[in-house]
Amino acid sequence: MQALYAQLLVGLINGSFYALLSLGLAVIFGMLNIINFAHGALYMMGAFVAYFLLNLGGINYWWALIIAPVVVGIFGMILERTMLQWLAGLDHLYGLLLTFGIALIVQGVFQNYFGSSGLPYSIPDQLKGGVNLGFMFLPVYRGWVVVFSLVVCLATWFLIEKTQLGAYLRAATENPTLVRAFGINVPRMITLTYGLGVGLAALAGVLSAPINQVRPLMGADLIIVVFAVVVIGGMGSIMGSIITGFALGVIEGLTKYFYPEASNTVVFVLMVVVLLVKPTGLTGRAA
Amino acid sequence: MSALTDDTLPMTPRAMRDEMIVFAVMAALLAIVPFTGIYPFFVMQALCFALLACAFNLLIGYGGLLSFGHAMFLGTAGYVSAHALKVWGLPPELGIVVGTAAAALLGLATGYISIKRQGIYFSMITLALSQLLYFLYLQAPFTHGEDGIQGIPQGHLLGIFDLSKPMVLYYVVLVGFLAGFLLIYRTINSPFGEVLKSIRENEPRAISLGYKTDQYKLLAFILSGTLAGFAGSLKVFVAQNASLTDVHWSMSGEIVLMTLVGGLGTIFGPVVGAFVIIAMQQYLAGFGQWVTVIQGVIFVSCVLLFRRGLVGELAHLLRRSL
Repeated sequence: MQALYAQLLVGLINGSFYALLSLGLAVIFGMLNIINFAHGALYMMGAFVAYFLLNLGGINYWWALIIAPVVVGIFGMILERTMLQWLAGLDHLYGLLLTFGIALIVQGVFQNYFGSSGLPYSIPDQLKGGVNLGFMFLPVYRGWVVVFSLVVCLATWFLIEKTQLGAYLRAATENPTLVRAFGINVPRMITLTYGLGVGLAALAGVLSAPINQVRPLMGADLIIVVFAVVVIGGMGSIMGSIITGFALGVIEGLTKYFYPEASNTVVFVLMVVVLLVKPTGLTGRAA
Repeated sequence: MSALTDDTLPMTPRAMRDEMIVFAVMAALLAIVPFTGIYPFFVMQALCFALLACAFNLLIGYGGLLSFGHAMFLGTAGYVSAHALKVWGLPPELGIVVGTAAAALLGLATGYISIKRQGIYFSMITLALSQLLYFLYLQAPFTHGEDGIQGIPQGHLLGIFDLSKPMVLYYVVLVGFLAGFLLIYRTINSPFGEVLKSIRENEPRAISLGYKTDQYKLLAFILSGTLAGFAGSLKVFVAQNASLTDVHWSMSGEIVLMTLVGGLGTIFGPVVGAFVIIAMQQYLAGFGQWVTVIQGVIFVSCVLLFRRGLVGELAHLLRRSL
C-alpha cells in the first residue's frame, strides 16, 4: 500500500505540472490563437533561472519562485512583441511552427552549454524532511508542490473568471475589435497574457527543479504529454484544464503502480479513447 | 483563415507544361548524379526524405492539415520492412510491400482518430499519436529498443537487381521516388485533389456542397501516410538500419521544416527543401547541438520572413506555379 500512495503522490505532482502548463496554454490560446510549442522550453528556462540564481547569485528558492517567472515572463513578452504579434490574422499553424522553432533554439542553446545530463538543485531547508501520516511517509517538499500548485491554479482561475481584468480578458478573447472600441489597449493585454501564461510555465519549472533535476530537455517530452492533456480537456474552460491536469496525473500515477509498462503511454491512450467516445473533448465545445 | 497558397484557380495548360518541363529537368539531373562524383549515399538519403516531405505536403499544402507526427509512418514502415527482411528473410520487393502496407494501416487508424478534430487540435493529436508509437517501439522487443534493427540484408530486387551495389540501389531509389512524386502530382490535379483544396479553403462550404469532407480527409491522410511509409521502406535499404530516431518527434519536426523551407503547397518545394536540409546536416555535422539551433532559426525566419519558401518565392517572382 505504501508504494501505491507513493505513486499517487508522484501522480499528483505530475498532475500539478500538467495543470499549470495546460492552464497557460489555454490562456495563451484564448488571447493569441497560438498553441505555444515553446511552453516546454520556457518551463525548462524557469528551472534554469532558479539554478542560476542559487549557484551564481546565492539567491534562495523562495526568491526564485518569484524572480524566475518574472524573468521568463519578460523574455516571453519580448518574444511576443518581436515575433508572435506579426502572426495575427494568419493561419493557426504558423504560430505552432514559429513557437516550435523558438523551442528548438532555446533547447539547443541550453544543450550546448549544459549537455543532456541533469544538474542538481537542492530542496530548501524549510521544506526538507517528511511527515509520517500513519498510512504513508509524506516528503514535505512534495506535499508543498501539490498544495502550492493548486493554490496558484485557483488564483489564476479567480483572476480570469472573477476580476475586472479577467472580464476584459475574456471579452477580448471573444471580440477584440469591440473591446478596443471601448478604449482598452488589447495589444498590451495580449502581451501581458503571453507573459502570464509563460510565467506559469516557469513557475512549474522552479517547482520541479528539486524533484526532477534541471535538464535542457526536461520540457521537450513533457510538452507533448501536455498537448494530449489539452486535447482531452479542451481549452474552453480554465477550471476544466486544472481538473483534467490533476486527474490525468493521478491516473498516470495509478498506472505506474498497477501496470508500469503503460505509464509512458496511458495519457496518449486516454486521448485516443476520449476522441473516439467524445470527439469534442471533455469540457470543450466543437473546435 | 488565410489561404496558404494561391493555387485555387484551375490548372492551365501552360502551368501543366511548365511543371512537366521542370519535372523532366529534375529527373534528368537526378539520373546523371552517379556520373558526377557526388556521394550517391547522400543523394539517396535526400531522395527518401524528399518523397517523405512530398507526402507530408500533400496533407498540409493541399488539405490544410498540419501533421506533426509524420515520423510515425517513416519509422513504422522502416521497422516492419527491416524486420521482414532480416528476420522473416523476405525478398526486397516484399519487404517494401509489407512495410508500406503497415504504414497504410497505421494511416487508417491514426487518420480515423485525428481527423475527428480540426485545425491546431489535429496537429497536437498527430504529435501525441506519434509519441505513443515512439514509446511502444521503445518497449517492443522486435525493434531492439535503443539499438534499433541493424545489419539489414539488401538482397536482390525481383531476383535480378543487386541492391548491395550503390549504382543499382541508386536507380531503384530514384525510380521509387519519381513514381511516388508522380502519384502525388496526379492526386493533386485530380477531381479528388480539387475537393481537397476546397476543404482547405473553406470546409463548411465544401460540406454544404454535399461533400463528405471527413472521407476526403481520411483518404488523403491514408495516402500521405502510405507514401511516407514507402519512403521509410526505401530508406531501410539505404541506411541498412531502422532506429528510434526515425520515430522521434524531432524527425517529424524535420519533415515539417523541409517542406516549409521549400514551400508549403508547392509541387517541387518539398524536394528542394529536403535536399537543402539534408545537405545542411551533412556540412554542419561537426557543430553538434548548434544544428538544432540553426534549424530553429530557419523555422523562425521562414515563418516570419518568407512563408512561401524557396520554391514558392521563385514561383511568385516568375508568376508561375511550381
